[in-house]
Amino acid sequence: MLARLSHLDRLEAEAIHIFREVAASFDNPVMLYSIGKDSSVLLHLAMKAFYPAKPPFPLLHVDTTWKFREMIAFRDATAQRLGLDLIVHINEEGVAQGINPIDSGSSVHTHIMKTLGLRQALELHGFDAAFGGARRDEEKSRAKERIFSFRDDHHSWDPKNQRPEMWRIYNTRIRQGESIRVFPLSNWTELDIWQYILQEDIPIVPLYLAAERPVIERDGMLIMLDDERLKLRPGEKIQTRKVRFRTLGCYPLTGAMESDATTLDAVVGEMLNTRVSERQGRLIDRDEAGSMEKKKREGYF
Amino acid sequence: MLHDISATRTGASDIRSYLAEQERKTMLRFLTCGSVDDGKSTLIGRLLYDTRLVFEDQLATLQCDSARYGTADEELDFALLVDGLEAEREQGITIDVAYRFFATAKRKFIVADTPGHLQYTRNMATGASIADLAIVLVDARRGVLPQTKRHSYIASLLGIRHILLAVNKIDLVGHDQAVFEEIAESYRKATAGLGFASVVPIPVSARYGINVAARSPQTSWYEGPTMVEHLENIEVDEDGTTKPFRFPIQYVNRPNLDFRGFAGTIASGTVERGDEIVVAKSGKTSRVKRIVSAGGDLEAAREGQAVTLVLEDEIEASRGNLLTAPDARPHVSNQLAASIVWFGEQAMASGRQYILRTETDSVSATVTALKHRINIDDFAHEASKTLEINEVGVCNLSLQAPIAFDNFIDNRATGAFVLIDRISNATVAAGMILHPLRRAENIHWQALDVDKAARAAQKHQKPVVLWFTGLSGSGKSTIANLLERKLHAGGRHTYLLDGDNVRHGLNRDLGFAEADRVENIRRVGEVAKLMADAGLIVLASFISPFRAERDSVRELLPAGEFVEIFVDTPLAECAERDPKGLYRKAKAGELTNFTGIDSRYEAPEHPEVRLETVGQSPEETVAALESWLIENGYC
Repeated sequence: MLARLSHLDRLEAEAIHIFREVAASFDNPVMLYSIGKDSSVLLHLAMKAFYPAKPPFPLLHVDTTWKFREMIAFRDATAQRLGLDLIVHINEEGVAQGINPIDSGSSVHTHIMKTLGLRQALELHGFDAAFGGARRDEEKSRAKERIFSFRDDHHSWDPKNQRPEMWRIYNTRIRQGESIRVFPLSNWTELDIWQYILQEDIPIVPLYLAAERPVIERDGMLIMLDDERLKLRPGEKIQTRKVRFRTLGCYPLTGAMESDATTLDAVVGEMLNTRVSERQGRLIDRDEAGSMEKKKREGYF
Repeated sequence: MLHDISATRTGASDIRSYLAEQERKTMLRFLTCGSVDDGKSTLIGRLLYDTRLVFEDQLATLQCDSARYGTADEELDFALLVDGLEAEREQGITIDVAYRFFATAKRKFIVADTPGHLQYTRNMATGASIADLAIVLVDARRGVLPQTKRHSYIASLLGIRHILLAVNKIDLVGHDQAVFEEIAESYRKATAGLGFASVVPIPVSARYGINVAARSPQTSWYEGPTMVEHLENIEVDEDGTTKPFRFPIQYVNRPNLDFRGFAGTIASGTVERGDEIVVAKSGKTSRVKRIVSAGGDLEAAREGQAVTLVLEDEIEASRGNLLTAPDARPHVSNQLAASIVWFGEQAMASGRQYILRTETDSVSATVTALKHRINIDDFAHEASKTLEINEVGVCNLSLQAPIAFDNFIDNRATGAFVLIDRISNATVAAGMILHPLRRAENIHWQALDVDKAARAAQKHQKPVVLWFTGLSGSGKSTIANLLERKLHAGGRHTYLLDGDNVRHGLNRDLGFAEADRVENIRRVGEVAKLMADAGLIVLASFISPFRAERDSVRELLPAGEFVEIFVDTPLAECAERDPKGLYRKAKAGELTNFTGIDSRYEAPEHPEVRLETVGQSPEETVAALESWLIENGYC
């Protein structure tokens, strides 16, 4: 008799089902690819869903121009290795205005370069469905979001007016100008992600593994100096520490953690013992309680 | 518990063995339901806390939030861990479904936290649709409430077969065993007819953690499992492999001419390479040539796996069809009966077209008959014409094209559907198929179930018989004809029954004797009734001289659907107009039984409308009639 399915088998099947549903129901889907570990898993699942064909949609990276260099290199190598279309979108208006995470602050930078950049890209290409790698365990407002999350023609999410989502039946009907954000990893936890990466041997950006890296201490976080744009403030010293990242974003906004975990196994080991939740390494959520919900209403993923 | 592996166990080989253990874990999806203050969110917060899934920074936020929003005086308010959205925090209540995740050494859990207020039935139905078990919360001080029964009914309706009855706030009734036993007993009685396979009552205090993950000396009289123990050990019928093979085709994968695979998630049963399969809608058979997965072809696959099947033959099948076992086929029909939970802000309308969507199929559908509404407090069947938001009923549906399905009780995946509003695209209902309506019954059902209201709704009008009575030459036909032209131009579906015309066909065997006149009107009345039943606006223009016959036509029709219009033109005027030269003939004795001359006309005593034609053009008269019809809601 066939074996019982483990929880990872079930999560994988659910995600594959969601990918296929979008491919069958929408005219012009796209997959948001943010280069992080969740995106790596998302991409792996997309490849599985349409095997032996390739996913019938391109990847979109909204580049804030402040990502770690290793992320960009990994992004380009991945698209090439898998033979996929990669669209890179930069909010040039934001660049022209000199928006950056250091002087503009995390909130303004994220809104203009990420949220508005994303909206520009979606409108420019007329995408009617966009996959994202968000998980419900990340943050409280995400815990309530549907897998197929409806956005009006202003990309806005209305948490009080969500479509009931029953069984595996998804309401994919939209009108011109409206769109759907789709989250195939909704029911995965951070541990599931790591476990799956190990089980499937999925490539991830090396920044997730501990290495000697140049960092400074700023606002209680260890910030890596990825290029010369990050200027030292008085009193700040460059130190070399053995660090890794639990989550990857714009480098001046992403805190590293000291770690000896130089292998995936060791990372998962640390993860199992950890007592600090994932998004703490990101400045954007600490702005205020409910900040994610606000961003999502404005069109953030 | 998840994080109980100690620092000494974090070597690489330990991680692998730990993960191997994890691999053997199964998954249980459950939902929690209860009334507003029963403490659902607190209970989930407690489960997360006791299974150590609350990280330290979240705990710090929680302590800060508890001081600001909290309702639990000094302790941590666990509900704040779960109540996500700002609006909810401010109101102190959960307003939507939230999903939570936790794990123990034996199982992974996905929890749907659903609100308990009356108006949010749809959220509970949403959570219940993917759950194997429901935790029903009861406040020990208040016992089994109408909401408790309502939630249990919805759980049962959506196919949940296992109930954990959490008798919460047991601390507030002095940990009294008698109170607990009484509530457990009363719950069992209240839900006896709902077909649950197991009901396990547990005395708990979410706030103090009593019998959640650990036992408490304060309830030493309780010998059953803790909540976590029960959730870890309950055998749910998750092994869908014993049911017949069902594979809804989701996506046809055709990257090139050499490969054509049917992609989908196996809804039930198993499939092996070489198995014979049937395409449900066409009955065509083939065999499974390959079971394709990215990691390499499989020899066999089971319920829950998302695979791609390649068949031996190039047979026609597309999204929405089912590949099934040949010896246990699903139903294929365009007529079915189903239980419906209505979510729409607008009430359900019989006769209106909705989109019916199953897992992969999508067709136009009309509710042809609402058989009854179910009172979810006492489960009684009630007569009703419609379903309002959050109401439950049983109805018949007629689909534009056949779908392949099972009865919901046999298969939750292939027996469920949602209804979508065609205009707003809102999901307005969840449906659980009871059974197909057979072809022989279809004719029967069609006849009974597409009723007058449905036909009229399709035409966007109110069916009515406009009965014009008056002397010959009074202007009935002229007025009726003009009115019909106007109604027709306005998009109304009409039919004009005219006295003279009817006598050329239907009533050509009748003369003008009194008995013949009575039969004439009886027949015309029946025809008018059928036409109104077809949803038409019927204009009947007949002298119809006798009150009794006009009244018997009135009685054939429901109140308000017979409008008597008395075209009140004096005899002298009619005789002077004499458009067909009949008065002249009658006066000359060439015609007998002529109304007004040698046969009586009984003028209506209380007509709905009385039209005077003297001194008015027919157009003016029709305009007056039309405004009366508009004022009275007929057009």
